[in-house]
Amino acid sequence: MSVTKTGTVTIEVDGRPLDAEEGATVLQTLRRHGIDLPTLCHYEGLTPASACRACVVEIEGARTLVPACSRPVQNGMKIRTNSERVRRARKMVFELLASAVDTSTYPELQAYMREYGADPARFGDDVARVSEPVREDNLLYVRDYDKCILCYRCVEVCGENAQFTFALSVAGRGFQARVDTGAGTPLPDSRCVFCGNCVAVCPSGALMPSIEYHMREAGTWDEGRQQVTTTTCPYCGVGCPLELHVQDNRIVKVTSPRDHPVTYGNLCVKGRFGFAYVEGAATAPVAPAATGRD
Amino acid sequence: MYGAGGATTSYEEMEHTSLLFLWGANPREAHPIIFHHMLRGIKNGARLVVVDPRFTSTAQFAHIYLRVRVGTDIALANAIGQVILEEGLAHQAFIENATEGLSAYQEKVARYTPEFAEAVTGVPASQIRTVARLYAQAPRAIIAWTLGITEHHNATDTVYALANLANLTGHIGRYGAGLAPLRGQNNVQGGGDMGALPNRLPGGFEVENPEARARFEAAWGVKIPPKVGRHQSLMFDGMEKGEIRVAYVIGENPVMSEANHARVERLFAGLDFLVVQDVFLTETAALADVVLPSALSWVECDGTVTSSERRVQLVRKAVDPPGEARDDIMIIQALARRLGHDWHYTSAEDVWNEVRTLSPLHPGMSYQRLAAAGGLQWPCPDEDHPGTKFLHDRLWKWPVEGKRAPFVPVDWEPPRETPDDDFPFLLTTGRRLEFYNTGTQSRAYHWPRGQMTYVQIHPADAERLGIQDGDLVQVSSRRGSLRAPARLDPTLAPGLLFMAFHHPDLVPTNLLTVDAWDPKSGTAEFKAAAVALKRVAPRGSWTEDMLGKEVSRHGA
Repeated sequence: MSVTKTGTVTIEVDGRPLDAEEGATVLQTLRRHGIDLPTLCHYEGLTPASACRACVVEIEGARTLVPACSRPVQNGMKIRTNSERVRRARKMVFELLASAVDTSTYPELQAYMREYGADPARFGDDVARVSEPVREDNLLYVRDYDKCILCYRCVEVCGENAQFTFALSVAGRGFQARVDTGAGTPLPDSRCVFCGNCVAVCPSGALMPSIEYHMREAGTWDEGRQQVTTTTCPYCGVGCPLELHVQDNRIVKVTSPRDHPVTYGNLCVKGRFGFAYVEGAATAPVAPAATGRD
Repeated sequence: MYGAGGATTSYEEMEHTSLLFLWGANPREAHPIIFHHMLRGIKNGARLVVVDPRFTSTAQFAHIYLRVRVGTDIALANAIGQVILEEGLAHQAFIENATEGLSAYQEKVARYTPEFAEAVTGVPASQIRTVARLYAQAPRAIIAWTLGITEHHNATDTVYALANLANLTGHIGRYGAGLAPLRGQNNVQGGGDMGALPNRLPGGFEVENPEARARFEAAWGVKIPPKVGRHQSLMFDGMEKGEIRVAYVIGENPVMSEANHARVERLFAGLDFLVVQDVFLTETAALADVVLPSALSWVECDGTVTSSERRVQLVRKAVDPPGEARDDIMIIQALARRLGHDWHYTSAEDVWNEVRTLSPLHPGMSYQRLAAAGGLQWPCPDEDHPGTKFLHDRLWKWPVEGKRAPFVPVDWEPPRETPDDDFPFLLTTGRRLEFYNTGTQSRAYHWPRGQMTYVQIHPADAERLGIQDGDLVQVSSRRGSLRAPARLDPTLAPGLLFMAFHHPDLVPTNLLTVDAWDPKSGTAEFKAAAVALKRVAPRGSWTEDMLGKEVSRHGA
């Protein structure tokens, strides 16, 4: 029962006056009024990283374009959400990202690119691309940093936003920046507790459950054939709701609803990955490097 | 004490309380998502006090950590009560209005000075005073506990000792203030609410209350036995004496999950007839005359479970059960029909709708509402009711509504077994994050750090005994001996060993535990067994077939 007194202010969006709640961000306010902006790094409930710059808008009086995800509204603020300057900046964001990372498992970004006419090939053939080996050091989830857009969602959810494990941070600068477990430590030797909450918030497929990863590799992953059933976790007494993604009578993935007051979408390792004992469960192929007891 | 068998608070309140007082609980590992709510609370400014013999991963987040000796919790709680009374920090108005029996309590705790308690518990007297003041003066405080409290021979008394503190301070019946037993399994709460206890009927009614029985007799058309039944420990005694010759076990693996494994196995093996209804061919099912294969309740059947915040939630069928496995409800119904009862439930929802007519806690909870709301918290008396976040606001009505909350004075007693010359260590048992109970569910997935149970030992003890990390050691109690790998663990106190119990196929931990039990709850003292320890083979020289095998058993 946190009691924050909020007032209402008025802002002007693309020439139209709109009411806004004090303390809300520009993005929250626009979405409440049914005006959508493209977002990549933004995730409702996580601290805004303002990393991707896809949601930039023009604010009268501001020198530079402003990320709507983190800027709070102010009374009298005049915002242009779709000006030529804004569209050109967003297009460039998508082009730069797609020139550097693999967008093949990121349909939202692909859709934005079509919408904005983004052409990453225009930077030429010898463009800088992230090229990292796929990290498969365990049988629960796979890391493919060629697909990482550095949105910081995984870092946030592993840290103060939910898990307080702090297994992940961003190391390196500029183009060399990577999400890292600390000097490239394999996950089983890191602080990671394999809750997979980072996997759940990853937008681009850079973090992916092993089962999904291998089904995609084999060409058998088909969301059109998947049914999602919400049930309750069979383990401890917390009562976490689980969304079971089932394809051909096999559980292929487990998530939790983001808007549920028990989990806010987060789970522990047992809830997210501990379903192998169900007869109707898909399994990941066992990579030789990832087996064995300690 | 307050007339309801469930947590008085909700998870949400843990985010908005001012003090989280965790006692014999390690939610960071055993209830990870409840701990997320606690972490949000700490981020919002709550203080965290943790009482535990081990400096657990939960305790590592604490503002104040009290390293209590195993099984001395009542002495600590009574001392906190003594300080609160002595320093005039009790909530006089609440006590006068809503409680009874203060003077007997005051008399009882008078001798539990912080200095006396320090000698018993090992917690410094100054820390006891600090925590007593912190708890009494917090605007809102929640005490949460788990099996560190309830797996002792005086478990119920220990719960009373904690609840007495809530009575003293008025930390009950308000938003953000209350008592929260965190349930160990996804439907412990629901099982109790449905009457799967020897003294209860569905909805919390007492079996020995004739009016309550009449309500169910009218609905069911049968006579209900008027006496309290046996809890599990008394059933074991009954088997021992030959009074119980037949058992029907549903969804449990007592041969591995109960204390003093050798005795339990002998009792089940000695029955005339054993039926086990389970998803797995467990160690218990292996002894059965008949095994009824059941479907997995959370993924192959529909139904409901109830969580540690009294939230009733749906479980839903998502995949088909294998082979001839059937829904538990349908197995029980088929059995009832063979026994001459004409049951006609067509679905889990059908059974649930009957519950809604008989239990006053559940009438408003239709399947439709449960699905739409993501679960509802009882009591929920009608379809317009939103469910209940916290219980007992009646205690804050002036004058109080209904029964006053009694103080229940209790005395500390040591665990049934304490270390001696022959068995110089105290073994305590518990859970690890990544596994669960006897491992039937958690054994199959690929935990990246390997499936194994260790004997965790303080580095100082290890050095004294010449034990290094990874050595094979033999652990012996009065019940039996087994071998397991040693792991050095500086979070323990010297003299204390810790073992999880998730891999009975490799290391049957409950071969060692003691079957002394609480006469009020029937729960055994899994948390305290005297054991001896010796090194068997150095790291790297032993193979997996050398461990896990019990060496000897005496407890049978």
